[in-house]
Amino acid sequence: MASVQIRDVRKSFGAVEILHGVSVPIEDGEFVVLVGPSGCGKSTLLRLLAGLENITSGTISIGGRVVNHVHPKERDIAMVFQNYALYPHMTVAKNMGFSLMLRGASKSEIQQRVQRAASILGLEKLLERYPRQLSGGQRQRVAMGRAIVREPQVFLVDEPLSNLDAKLRVAMRTEMKELHQRLKTTTVYVTHDQIEAMTMADKIVVMHDGVIEQMGAPLDLYDRPVNQFVAGFIGSPAMNFLNGKIRANGSAYVETASGDKLPLKTLPSGMEGQEIVYGIRPEHFELGEGGLSADVVVVEPTGSETQIVARIGDQEVIAIFRERQSVKPGDKISLRPRADVAHLFAKDSGKRI
Amino acid sequence: MTDAVAKAATEEARADAKEGMTYLESVPMRIVTLWLPLGLIMLILLFPFYWMALTSVKPNAQLIDMEKHNPFWVVEPTLDHIKKLLFETNYPTWLWNTMYVAAAATFLSIFASVLAAYAIARLRFRGAQTVGALIFMAYLVPPSILFIPLASVIHFYGLFDSPLALILVYPTILIPFSTWLLMGYFKTIPFELEECALIDGASRWQILTKIIVPLAVPGLISAFIFSFTLCWNEFIYALTLTTSVQNKTVPVAIVSELVDGDVYRWGSLMAGALVGSLPLVVLYAFFVEHYVSAMTGAVKE
Repeated sequence: MASVQIRDVRKSFGAVEILHGVSVPIEDGEFVVLVGPSGCGKSTLLRLLAGLENITSGTISIGGRVVNHVHPKERDIAMVFQNYALYPHMTVAKNMGFSLMLRGASKSEIQQRVQRAASILGLEKLLERYPRQLSGGQRQRVAMGRAIVREPQVFLVDEPLSNLDAKLRVAMRTEMKELHQRLKTTTVYVTHDQIEAMTMADKIVVMHDGVIEQMGAPLDLYDRPVNQFVAGFIGSPAMNFLNGKIRANGSAYVETASGDKLPLKTLPSGMEGQEIVYGIRPEHFELGEGGLSADVVVVEPTGSETQIVARIGDQEVIAIFRERQSVKPGDKISLRPRADVAHLFAKDSGKRI
Repeated sequence: MTDAVAKAATEEARADAKEGMTYLESVPMRIVTLWLPLGLIMLILLFPFYWMALTSVKPNAQLIDMEKHNPFWVVEPTLDHIKKLLFETNYPTWLWNTMYVAAAATFLSIFASVLAAYAIARLRFRGAQTVGALIFMAYLVPPSILFIPLASVIHFYGLFDSPLALILVYPTILIPFSTWLLMGYFKTIPFELEECALIDGASRWQILTKIIVPLAVPGLISAFIFSFTLCWNEFIYALTLTTSVQNKTVPVAIVSELVDGDVYRWGSLMAGALVGSLPLVVLYAFFVEHYVSAMTGAVKE
């Protein structure tokens, strides 16, 4: 187990710069999730950590040792690939013991360590099978097992759950989190799925276009996104954004183009009359008198909650209610945003105000 | 009620299907579209083998006189030709030469091809594409142009009229094709497997021998069969580079040693061709599935 320091790392492929100076401190035993839309550079960063690509500038150190020019096998890391990358011509046991065999471990030691990893993951009965004879979830587990067997300093995990069906994904998510709590190995986990990030991470790193947008504990990112990108990326369904101007007429509010008034808790100083983006999460709407009048477009009951897509003026919003609602498309409802949890973002830079 | 409806629906679907493609399965249709063309192809492909086998067991009298005897059949078959071939000529030596030369040249070529193909397919070095294209160009130069310069090279090294001459010359035609075949095959092996092995601590050589080669076995088998067959049947180099009776290979020997002046001894000639092609038939019979899958398929996880 070790801490990992990523300092001002840049990576270019030819003339194209993919990572524009990324710094992430990772503490010993931390579970860090790199999350972002495809093409944001999160997988590239992981590959730099693994040593599969060369760093253009900056430093990466693992356990206090700078590993910029260290060969992957000397970094003492284990990586789980998106498509598992199990060796098709080897049994599960051989797959798991391959790295130990290359290191020249004795047969009995390999067998013992493979057995132990297999028992942690419940793979004992599958050790003699070939990867093609396993289901998706089992392959996933073998890939994890292969990483565990090595007892590395750091686990690197690249979108491991994206090939599984929805139900299995939730189960494996829990399993991986539990595994981390048991082994306490520093883990860097890449995903594009913000729910995976929210549920598993000690620390989330949100990336976009090769830069880090925000870094922090899951709920901090949820409650205080630093900009509009993070606000829209974290949370599902995504936060609603409404354009308007700040007004102070008795109390502070944001006025939309259609004349609707969105309540504010306090008036940001010196902002009166400015164009602004008002962000409100779907679950922070209340139904009731004195709100914004909205036309219901679609009602989506999921059983545990009801999603309502409604139109306020010419802008569409999504609202979620824990209670069942008996509204129908075409109905007029009154939506009241909770002023205490509303977010404000600058119109041009998208920064939080 | 719903069951009945569902049943009716499936019945209807079945009736529909019958009117869809099933008309293709009527007997006259199948004869015209399937059995007739298939029969013709089989006839054209198999007739030479039949003729070869027939001629090798025909007594000489029946071979020459087509008026008195049905040329497509044999009465009183004889093993004289085969006996003569095996015990009165150097046929066993030729067969051994052919096998030895073909096996050695094939192993040499495949070893070189594996290294070349892996380097071109996976070591992203500058000019890999060009090297690949050049290797393929080499394949396009026909032996009928190359045999004269190659003969002088072989002379220069004093290898003329030895099996080694053929073993070293055959790779010039085998390596380009095998390299291309294996390159295509290596490219189907997922990159992640190699990266994973790299992180697991494997060196390049270990990746090649422990991951790539075991996964490319079907590709290796088809390269092997292709190369072996080509060596086995090769004529022009064998004709120019070997002269003494005991160094010849089967294809050259049967046309040069089994013809007395201007008398073709058809019986022995055909027997020689028949016996010579048997090892290949056996080889194909064993590996035909691998061969087909390598030409069409890829690595499945």
